[in-house]
Amino acid sequence: MSESGAESEADAGRRIAGEARERVRFEEEALELADQVYRVARRMVGTREEAEELVQDTYARAFRGWRSFTPGTNMRAWLLRILTNLNTDRGRKIQRTPDTQPLEESDYYLANKLAAVEGEQALEQEQVVERLSQGGVVNALSELPHDFRDVVVLVDLGEFSYADAAQILDIPIGTVMSRLHRGRRILKQTLAEETLS
Amino acid sequence: MTAHEADCEKCEELLQGYLDRDLTADEVVIAEGHLNGCDYCRRRYRFEEHLRRYIRVSASERMPAGLLAKLAELRGPTVDL
Repeated sequence: MSESGAESEADAGRRIAGEARERVRFEEEALELADQVYRVARRMVGTREEAEELVQDTYARAFRGWRSFTPGTNMRAWLLRILTNLNTDRGRKIQRTPDTQPLEESDYYLANKLAAVEGEQALEQEQVVERLSQGGVVNALSELPHDFRDVVVLVDLGEFSYADAAQILDIPIGTVMSRLHRGRRILKQTLAEETLS
Repeated sequence: MTAHEADCEKCEELLQGYLDRDLTADEVVIAEGHLNGCDYCRRRYRFEEHLRRYIRVSASERMPAGLLAKLAELRGPTVDL
């Protein structure tokens, strides 16, 4: 097929080299984010092996589809969007639905429990949270129903904005907020029950 | 419920939005006005701040050694630039 204004061989060479440079830049930027992507992935799935596999699948897809990334936009959010899609696609284990769990609809619940055990003054001290143990936090997160967990992990661990989390999960921002608020309450209730009872 | 308890309840409702910096200006005034005079709520706000940091640090697990190399292998063909 010949067109007027068809590029010369030299132009084509420059274009291909330019595109390769862009791709390499993309790949390097993506790899720099790998640790941050992994940290989020790790808390969205049950095991380290699953997280590693999910991150590898994410990068394989990202490297193939790098042209659909718009330079200058948030690449970490773009990668997490791929990751959460893959995670949803692979199907998730059936979990207890949140409605069957009685919920103490109170944001002070955990603080009140701690104050009852350790005394009101203890709440002033930063170390009082260590009473909960890191393993307890990890467990409580893993027990969150996945819709809530994804939002809590993205916002509270990944430090994404509500808007970014909404885009990553393809849900309205109001849903992000309600799941986040409820998810944090469930998390605090679990922490109270598992570590203080 | 006393008026003060009702204020504490309102303050508790505003906790997450306050720490997320997602309240309206009016709500911030309500929350801060109450926190200034209420040790009970102020302690619980501080606790929540510490808790959030603790959760973030506790749940954060570094990428395993070797994963980065595996990801790098997924890159496109190398080119001389």
